[in-house]
Formats: sequence, C-alpha cells, structure tokens
Amino acid sequence: MKQYVLQRFLQMIIILFGTSFIIFFLFAMLPGDYIDSNINLTPQRAHELKALYGLDQPVLHRYFTWLGNALHGDFGYSLKHQEKVLSLLNKYVWNSFFVAIFALLLTWSIALVTGVISAIKQYSWFDGLVTFFVFAAMSFPSFFISLLFIKWFGVDLKILPIGGMIDTGSNSTGIAHLLEVGKHMILPVIILTLLSIGSLTRYFRTGMLEVIRQDYIRTARAKGLKERVVIFKHALKNAILPAITLLAFELPGLFSGAIIMEQIFNWPGVGRIQLESVSFRDYPVLMAFTMFLSCLTIIGNFLADVTYAAVDPRIRLK
Amino acid sequence: METHSPIVKKQKTMVVVKSPSLWKQTYRRLKKNKLAIISLFFLLFMFLLSFIGPHFSPYILDRTNVADMNQPPSAAHWLGTDNYGRDVLTRLMMAGQISLTIGIAAMFLSVIIGSLLGAISGFYRGAVDMIIMRIADILMSIPGLPLLLILAAILSEWKVPAEYRLYIIMIMLSFVGWPGLARLVRGQILSLKEQPFMQATEVLGLSDRRKILHHLIPNTVPLLLVVATLNVAGSILSESALSFLGLGVVPPTPSWGNMMDAANNFMDFRKRPWLWIPPGTAIFLTVVSINLLGDGLRDALDPKMRR
Amino acid sequence: MNEMLLQVNHLQTNFYTENGVVKAVNDVSFAIREGETVCIVGESGCGKSITALSLMQLIPENGKVEGGEITFAGKNLLKLNKKDVRRLRGNEIGMIFQEPMTSLNPVFTIGEQMIEPIQEHLLLSKKDAYKKAMELITMLGIPNAEKIVNLYPHELSGGMLQRIMIAIALSCNPKLIIADEPTTALDVTIQAQILDLLREIKKEFNTSILLITHDLGVVAEMADYVVVMYAGKVVEEGPVLELFKNPQHPYTKGLLKAKPVIGERKERLYTIAGQVPNLVELQEACYFADRCEHAMDICRIKQPVLNEISKGQKAACWLYEDGEK
Repeated sequence: MKQYVLQRFLQMIIILFGTSFIIFFLFAMLPGDYIDSNINLTPQRAHELKALYGLDQPVLHRYFTWLGNALHGDFGYSLKHQEKVLSLLNKYVWNSFFVAIFALLLTWSIALVTGVISAIKQYSWFDGLVTFFVFAAMSFPSFFISLLFIKWFGVDLKILPIGGMIDTGSNSTGIAHLLEVGKHMILPVIILTLLSIGSLTRYFRTGMLEVIRQDYIRTARAKGLKERVVIFKHALKNAILPAITLLAFELPGLFSGAIIMEQIFNWPGVGRIQLESVSFRDYPVLMAFTMFLSCLTIIGNFLADVTYAAVDPRIRLK
Repeated sequence: METHSPIVKKQKTMVVVKSPSLWKQTYRRLKKNKLAIISLFFLLFMFLLSFIGPHFSPYILDRTNVADMNQPPSAAHWLGTDNYGRDVLTRLMMAGQISLTIGIAAMFLSVIIGSLLGAISGFYRGAVDMIIMRIADILMSIPGLPLLLILAAILSEWKVPAEYRLYIIMIMLSFVGWPGLARLVRGQILSLKEQPFMQATEVLGLSDRRKILHHLIPNTVPLLLVVATLNVAGSILSESALSFLGLGVVPPTPSWGNMMDAANNFMDFRKRPWLWIPPGTAIFLTVVSINLLGDGLRDALDPKMRR
Repeated sequence: MNEMLLQVNHLQTNFYTENGVVKAVNDVSFAIREGETVCIVGESGCGKSITALSLMQLIPENGKVEGGEITFAGKNLLKLNKKDVRRLRGNEIGMIFQEPMTSLNPVFTIGEQMIEPIQEHLLLSKKDAYKKAMELITMLGIPNAEKIVNLYPHELSGGMLQRIMIAIALSCNPKLIIADEPTTALDVTIQAQILDLLREIKKEFNTSILLITHDLGVVAEMADYVVVMYAGKVVEEGPVLELFKNPQHPYTKGLLKAKPVIGERKERLYTIAGQVPNLVELQEACYFADRCEHAMDICRIKQPVLNEISKGQKAACWLYEDGEK
C-alpha cells in the first residue's frame, strides 16, 4: 500500500506541473491583456509597461519565470487592484470558505440521513418525496433559486437581508459582528446546500440500495440481529466507505467560491474576484486562481484515492 | 436408444419463447414510467412552443414600443412587457429556440468528440490513450464555470461578430463537456473489447474502423443515450449561467439566461417579477423534464438496477 | 421414533414480477424430526432455496409467503411477530448459505461477526463471546483461532469461510440448521470435508439438518429423508434408501438415471428431455407431463396429489392413483 501511495504521489506531481503549463499556455493565448485594455495609454507607454511586467517575452520563458516565482510564493501582481495576487486572494477567499464549509456540513448531514432512510423505505411516500425534491434541486439554475429566495425572504417577507456580508454602513465588532455576518450567511448557505444536496442524496440512496441487496446483509438477518443493527452497522459502513473519497473531491469547492451566488448576494468572495478579473482582463489573478483550483482538484483526487485505499480493508491489507 | 423417440416427438410440442429486442423491451419499460412520459410530452410542448409559437404571436420580436413599456401581465400581453416594450411571452419563446438549440448542439458536439476520442483511446491504448486521457484529466480538473469564464474571456478578445457568437458558445460548452463523455466511452470500450463478439470480429479480419464504428460504438449507444440526455440538461444550465453573467448569449438575441439579467436591476427585481420569473421557470421545468426522462431511460435500459 | 421438530404444511410463497406471479413454492409440505437430516433436492429453479428461506422469512423483496403454516417447537413461525422471528434466527435455527465468499461482511473481522449472535442471543460479554468464538473455530478444525478472529473475510479461502459460517450457525446451539447448497461453490475435496463436518455436528449435538442441494451424491451421503421438488411442488418424498432403491415418480427415476456411475461406460448420458416449465404460465396439469415418458391424458388436465405409496414413501403421480401402480 505504501508503494501505491508513493506512486500516486509522484503521478500527482507530474500532473500538477503539466496542468500548470497548460493553464499558463491557455492564458498566454489571449491576444490582449490588462495593458491593452487601458485605452488611455500611448503605444510607447504601453510598450514600456509591458516590458516592465515582462509581458513581451516568449511564452516558455514567461512560464518558467512565473513558475520560479510561484514556487517562492509570488504569484504575481493584480493589475487592477495593484496588490500581490496572493494577498488579494487571501483577503477574499475566507469569506467564500466559511459559506462553503457550512454548506458542506449541512449538505452531507442531510444527504446522508435522507439518502439512507430513502433507501430503507424504498417506494414509500417518503422516498417519492425525496426523489421529487432531489430532481428539483438538481434542475434549478443557481441564479434563479437565489433570486427567488431573495425575493421571498428578503423582499416579500423581509426576514433576511438581501445581500452583502454585513448590514450597510455597519461597523459592529466582536459577537455583534459575528451575528450580523451569520444572519447574512443564512441565505447563501441554504442556497449552496440546496444545490449540492440533490446528487449527494441520490448517491447515498443508490449506494445503500446496492448494499442492502448483498448476501452478507441476509446473513446478518439470519443471525437474528436487530434490524437496526443490520442497517446501521452492517449496511451503512459499506455504503459510506466509498463516500469518504467524495469528501476529498469537495476540497476544491471549498475554496472556489460560488461565482453566481456571490454575484447575486453581493458577497465579497473569490467568485466575484474571478468575474472581475475576466471583465477587466486582470489575467495574473485569473490565472493564479485557476491554477490554485486545479491544484486543489488534483490534490483532492490524490487524497481520495489514498484515503479509500486506507479505509477499505480489502485494499489496505494487500 | 430409448431416449431418441421421445425427444423427436417432444420437439413438435415445445413452445418457442421469443424474447423481444432490447429496444422493444426498453420502450415497453419506459412507457410504464409515468413521470418519464409526462416529461417527454412536456419537452415536446416546449419545443413546439419555442419554434412554432412565435408564428402565432401578433408581436414582432425586435419592435420596441416605448408606449407599452414595463406593463404587467394582461390580456394583450400574457406575460407583460419589458423595458423596451417588447412582449415577454414572445421573447420567452424566441429565447427558447436559442437556449434549446444551443443545449442540443453542444450535446451533439460533446458526444461526437467525446465518443470518438474515448473510443480511439480505449481501442488503441498505449501512447494515444495516455495523451488523450491526460488532456481530459486536466480539463476535468479545472472547475466548470471558471473554465467557461476563461474560454469566454479568450473569445471576447477575439472580437467574434455577433452572428457567430452562438456557435462559439456551443463550441465552448462542448469543450467542457467532452472529457467526461470520453472517459465513460473509453471505460465501456475497454470492457466491451474483452467480450467474445469482439474476438469474433478479430477472427473475421475486420478493419479497425469497422470494429470501432460498427461494433463497439453501437454497443455503447444505450449508455450514451442516457448520458447525452443528461448532458443537454447540463448544457442548458451552463448556457443560461453564462448568459446571465453577460458572457454567453448577449442581447439583443434573447436567451432564457440573459432575460433573467433583468433581475440585476433593483427596480425590475422587486417590482417586475414577470420579467425574470418566467425565463427562470422555463429553464427549471425544461431541465427537470430532461433529467426525469434521462433517469427513466436509464431505468428502462437496465432493469437490474431497480433503483 | 424421534420427536417432530419442524412441520411444514401447505406452504405457498409467491413472487410478484413484471411478467406475472411466480408460484415459487406451491403447496409444499414436509416434516423434520429431531436429529434427522432431510434433503430437499431438485434442479435449479424448482423452489427448494425459497422453501428454506421462507422458513426463516428471509425471502427477497418481491416475494411473499401467501399461505400455509410452519410449526416449529410448537409455534407457527408464520404467525410470529418480528421480534420473535428474530429471536429464533441464529438461535434455535441456524442457516448457512451457498456463497461463503459474499456471505460475510467485508469490512468487519471474522471475530466481530462471530460474536454478534453470541452476544445477542446468549447475552455473553464481549470477552466471553470471543472466547466462545475461538472455541468454535478450533472445534471445526481450523488452527490458529486467535489469528483468525482478527482477519477479514477476503483473507480466507472459500472452504475456511464456509466453516466459519457453520461455526456462526452453531454458535447458539440451534435445534435446526438449514444449509442452502453449502458445498455448491466449493471444490470437491473441500465439499467432502464440509459434509463430514456437518455429519459430525449432527452426531455430537443431535442437531436436525435441512439440506438443500441439486446433487444426488450429496443426498446419498447425508440424507435420512429426501424430498424431491419440481417446479415449486413436491413430487416425491421418502426415506433415502427406499427412494434410491425404488424411485416412484418418473422425475426421480430420471434424476437417478441421469447421474453417471463410476465404472459404467455409456455412449450417451441419459437426459430428461425438455425444459422446466415457465413458472408464470402454469396450467392445471401435472407440471412434468411435457417431459414424462409415461404421460397419460389425465396428466395434462389434472394435477396429481401426493399419495402414500409404500412404507413412508409418497409420490404425486397419476400412475399411482389410489396408491397402486
């Protein structure tokens, strides 16, 4: 098993480098850049600035310069915000992170319970209701449901704030601040939960259904064990095991920021930064962030493989 | 031999049970799934509404009529008018054409590219397989919407004229969609390759092209059908998200996504829900139907799943 | 004569499929005495496994016991509430299944799975339960019991796993062990070992055994009493020696003729012509009529009933109406 981990780790490193190069190349293909989008510059000045930022070198050269800097923690400079990309992202990424992690906790707890109960009581009214809900949740455009919720809860019922992370013009601190942020977080967290809960519930339901049909569940019953034990000890452990790998896949989502949700809720997170950098051609930011997300995905993949091998006794003991 | 005559005699009375073909069985099972059938009919309705509906509308799409600006739903305008005085229902139908066409076209492109690459990858293995799958992996490791944003940024740089924008969006969506499909098809091909019928094609000396196009890919069709259906749902959602952000279909061409951009305006959002609720509902109902239909197909094609 | 332990009367189990109703167990009756081994034999699909599963109410989802009674130690099993059924399982009735490789949970150790029924039914502490489990393992001829209890199922061979299954079935001293084709998935040499094991258990603990099999060789070795099933019905039953010496029903005769004998040379193996009927579209007739050499007109229009032919032997065949040939 150690060999497997090592192998995967090396694979991961290679893929990371490959991905970084391709992303860099992708961005290098863009005909224009931040300098070009500024129409107030004279061609001469533009040329000077480009030389200053190193934007006139050939691609390969630029890649290695970038790579060298990146390995030192220098991911470039945001041309729009005029600060280092790393510190810029750091300012906003945590706002996205907290919404994402609460949504993750909610999603997994609800999906697990609902999926399992749905599988146990297959074809019951509960199962039908859950299936209906799952489909609805998977089919809603994220922006539509966000808008609807804002309308119902924010505008019509006026019980929740309609946007932003804090009340406008507020300078609360400490507990009051936390409560305020919390109140503003309710809708975004609920929306994010609703969007991902569909497929996850389905996943647990399907997994549980498959496990329940297995021979060893019949044996457990034949031993005269309580049904509760059969389901929640024997069946559940087998159904959850593969889900552990899913957790690792959630890693990039925790930091990627929900672009649309942040746009609608005016939430100061990295999703908004991404959108802005597209509109303003602030490519260093966009590229660094894309790279970051890809790395998280690749690392997540790696963690998923490794944790599964560690948890499943059939693989662990090989 | 004592056993001979009874056997010969019995053959005349044996009943031959004919088992219907895969498609007939699938169709029969699908018919029993009421939700799937309802979805199918709803989708047909949406198609007709979008493509034929506008012909019945007394309003011409782009004619602006300032006098009728921002009217709530009424007898004359069933879904009211927008801020240019255009009839919302007519716009909704025209937008349906765009969104549905893009969704389906993107799906076709994804399926064609994905299955060909997946088939080649799974069939030939070796270096070809490694390269194609690495590219697919890398593309899949970049999250969907950010990748689309990057592509949108690239394309906006190239200053594509408005008429071609739609095609560019289809290509973008298929760019994001093909890796998943390629992986699926490759997996299928890998397992199909080991089956006896493929050994038979080897013995018959068939060409690679024939093996792939006539034998392997047709056997992946059931899986492809389900995946393609669900892919349309995904494409429609992606296109509407992009258009909503202003990076997809841009006005004046209507799409369900960019019609919802009205919600970005504070006044419109609060006071004129008829502007943005109908397109959102249209997207939702269409996507739900596609998902239900795709799921029904999946169940009909593989009854052993019994989910 | 030993006491009657289990009496099955007119058991009816149906399956509800998308093609129709399948009468998998169609009015089946038989009895098992204390210390007796009864074998239910028949080809695949005749309903023998479902009969066994019906006793423990472990039939798959789309099936249901629609009628009959099962009397065990004075109680009708079909009328018991869920809790009492559960108390019986693994406790007074133990069961072993066909596929040992998939019958144990892959994510728990052998020990963890063995102590479960012991803790549940005998209320022993965990430590005592482990001790008992190891005793059982050793008793069944597996060395290194302390090591075994910490292994996972995938680390053991099929034969060893089946012994563990037997150990689990035995752990609470059941009066009856139901073995559903316990050796079908195993090598012949291991098969012999497992059967020997079962015979010893029967001798030592006076346990009754209900053995389901399609292999007449197993029947000859193990059975005291044989029940032959076909298409969901019992077609013949009787003490093993009499049945093998004097089979009455044409189907039984065919089965015995079809089994190749060592030392004998034949140009062609005997087969029973035809196929098992589709259980969904059964007519009112003898189900075996299509394949029977002695089929008469009455066989195609009316079902024969089980009649006692001679000293404990019964057969359902129109050849023996009124108990005479």
